Amino acid sequence: MLTTHHPRRSCSRLAVMFVVAVSAAVMSAGTVADTLNIYSARQEALIKPLLDRFSNETGVEVNLVTGSGDALITRLTREGRNSPADVLLTSDAGRLYRARQAGVLQPVSSDALTAAVPENLRSPDNLWYGLSVRARVLIIAPERVNTDELQDYEDLADPQWKGRICVRSSGNIYNQSLVAGMLAQKDRAQTQAWLDGFVRNFARPPQGGDRDQIKAVAAGQCDVALVNSYYFGAMLQSDNEEERRAAEQVELLWPNQSNRGVHINISGAGVIRASEQPDLARELIEFLVREDSQQWYAETNNEYPVRDSVSPSRLLQSWGDFKADDLDVSELGRLNAQAVMAMDRANWK
Amino acid sequence: MEIAAGAELTAKKPRRISLWRGGMLVTSLVIALPVLVIIGSLFGDYSPAWEHLIETVLGDYVVNSLLLMLGVGAGTLLLGVSAAWLTAMCDFPGRRFFSWALLLPMAMPAYIIAYTYTGMLDYAGPVQSLLRDTFGWRYGDYWFPEIRSLGGAVCMLSLVLYPYTYLLVRVAFQEQSTAVLEASRSLGKTLPATFFRVALPLARPAIAAGVSLALMETLADYGTVSYFGVSAFTTGIFRTWYGLGELQTAAQLAAFLMLFVFILFILERQSRRRLRFYRTGTRQPPRRIVLRGWRAITAAGLASAILIAGFLLPASQLTVWVLQDPLRAAEPAFLQLAGNSFLLAAIAAACCLLLALFLGYGKRLFPGFAQTTANGVVSMGYAVPGTVIAVGVLIPFTWFDNVVDGWLRQTMGVSSGLLLSGTLGALVFAYVVRFLSVSLQTVESGLARIRPSIDESARSLGYAPLSLLQRIHIPMLRGSLLTALLLVFVDVLKELPTTLILRPFNFNTLAVRAHELASDERLADAALPALAIVLIGLLPVILLTRNLASDNAAS
Repeated sequence: MLTTHHPRRSCSRLAVMFVVAVSAAVMSAGTVADTLNIYSARQEALIKPLLDRFSNETGVEVNLVTGSGDALITRLTREGRNSPADVLLTSDAGRLYRARQAGVLQPVSSDALTAAVPENLRSPDNLWYGLSVRARVLIIAPERVNTDELQDYEDLADPQWKGRICVRSSGNIYNQSLVAGMLAQKDRAQTQAWLDGFVRNFARPPQGGDRDQIKAVAAGQCDVALVNSYYFGAMLQSDNEEERRAAEQVELLWPNQSNRGVHINISGAGVIRASEQPDLARELIEFLVREDSQQWYAETNNEYPVRDSVSPSRLLQSWGDFKADDLDVSELGRLNAQAVMAMDRANWK
Repeated sequence: MEIAAGAELTAKKPRRISLWRGGMLVTSLVIALPVLVIIGSLFGDYSPAWEHLIETVLGDYVVNSLLLMLGVGAGTLLLGVSAAWLTAMCDFPGRRFFSWALLLPMAMPAYIIAYTYTGMLDYAGPVQSLLRDTFGWRYGDYWFPEIRSLGGAVCMLSLVLYPYTYLLVRVAFQEQSTAVLEASRSLGKTLPATFFRVALPLARPAIAAGVSLALMETLADYGTVSYFGVSAFTTGIFRTWYGLGELQTAAQLAAFLMLFVFILFILERQSRRRLRFYRTGTRQPPRRIVLRGWRAITAAGLASAILIAGFLLPASQLTVWVLQDPLRAAEPAFLQLAGNSFLLAAIAAACCLLLALFLGYGKRLFPGFAQTTANGVVSMGYAVPGTVIAVGVLIPFTWFDNVVDGWLRQTMGVSSGLLLSGTLGALVFAYVVRFLSVSLQTVESGLARIRPSIDESARSLGYAPLSLLQRIHIPMLRGSLLTALLLVFVDVLKELPTTLILRPFNFNTLAVRAHELASDERLADAALPALAIVLIGLLPVILLTRNLASDNAAS
């Protein structure tokens, strides 16, 4: 019985292998056509229109999967050399740093990229490039805040702000990168002392998103909130009258203008190591930093362009010029874990 | 003849049985693989991050999660059992309507209901603004319950999770024989005593199944707790992974969570090991207690309150958001999103049902600790966040793909790329891992009410296990099977994190769309897909109620 079974089994096994091999060969032949596969931590609505524009212009078909940055990096790591992805898009510098550490990116460079993206907003080894800039600003209730007393993030640790500050949870990446940015420029003890004082001044336990903090300032629950600038912009342009009214009651304040500058983070992109068409992938990134694309970021998402040559939208200009922290944004990724630990110790929920 | 048949049965038995058992073992192992991968992290290295967690936040995570479980346990028990008792055993105006309408909150994703209530009750929201405008109050002048808090999270989760208890317990109540309850009352027990001493204990497996499903979903919830700023255990898992960049430590945290749930699972099973809950043979539906006067008003009022709080209010808020700008909310791909969601949910629900029947019935055929443990292990997937399950699926699948690919490259010089990962098959598999528990518990609690003597007599009449299942159990289980189908369907419809990570390119669902917009704080835009989830979730609810109603009418 057993002996008669064996040959037949190995025969069928061979047949299965053959089918697998042939279909695999066919499949890989099929993907040679001009398509780019993208893993994106940026949400579809915030990137798809631009990708569609790229497709229309070049005829390259663009496929998209969105998800959280860390999960996508895990997927990339696991897929290894067989990953179908060509480009990784992220919505913060920390994830780019981690993708680099995980070894899932390959270097690409071109004059267009180095000319467009300032040095502190790309990796020194050409593994990733910043695409747009988001600033973490202060939102204040003008009638309750004396701007002489509030100039820097650092001021918010002062006891006079007790019960007057709203901010979201420390699980939020932009809060983490703000603290990481501080750790990069001050020593640990200073940062921890600032955190302790800052957390003691919260008007309420951290909750909700950035828009909720702005609404809370407008409603009088607190006097100062820490938010990303584009949320303020989106509220000012909102179809919802209530949101618009709330945003109109408050003002934007650029912190740290007389010293290191306002904290910024970036969205960015890198080419996946497994990609067999790095040139096409590079073309996409070049397209994303091109002037018209950069304009689109500013106008549609209320983000700041990475290119100095592109002026932001009228709304963004109305908030005035500002000085941005010129810290190498890789540092935000390197110090992210330390920042989270410091926030844990300060009991920032 | 009979003797011959009996002889044949015993002769055939061993092979069939070993086939079934072998099949169960292999199936359980495959489904348990992702869970075992996560558990396996416990045998890896423990990073210094553990020290930090223990010193600072771990205590908070554990305490808050326990409080959440306690609150949601009490909430779903109270809402679910009272709703089930009222609609199954009593008669009051609107009962038929409420009996299906009370299922509606189930289709509401927990984080969506959280957004809608926050929109209404937040400090800056319309309710409090109206109060301030009316009475001239300012911040700090008055007290108002804080919606974004642990208590708020308990309320939100209870409101959307009680239907699990309600559905399972209602079926159990309906199957309880009138005779038992009437015997109790004729023996002089009052109605409350009959409820607490007879009906409730008899429904215990169903209650346990319903509440434990709600609790597992509570433990896996991330959307609600993170929006409310509650540091629960899931918050901890993601903070450790995303914030600290420690996937291994996060997996270990998830593994401890699973072990905790597993222990609860075994304890609960052991505690009712010696108890048996069978429905009697009669298919006579219970005679309902007719409520009149203030009792009827109270009953209708209670049911309405649950329906309003769990469904009507949040659904109206969503509708208001949609109507603010209906044109912008609509998008051309919308039908495709709905189609994708529907298809995935239907396929996954069918897979889960078949597997649950296979494993649940197998456990009945071969009862024992091993089978209980196996079914316990395959149920763990429900208690951990979908993202963690997704990683558990990703690891073995990509490993397999890369091994096959490596071998082909070496021997034939061709590459097979990724065969399993990144396919819809992998996604459906992940759903099975995550939601099998739901169908399994439903099927098992249904099977537990069927007297084994029925099996014995049928077997002695020459029925093989499969035809016994087909001809006797499945017809008796119809209610439970439909319930299992519905629960998984709606769960998959709402599912987000697993879909997000494992889906193929360009594949979107309603839940993905709703979440992306909501997490960008565009609630008004998220309202349409959220509302669509609720509407599609309605379909099976209506189907189920019709079926159960015609069942009742027929008998």
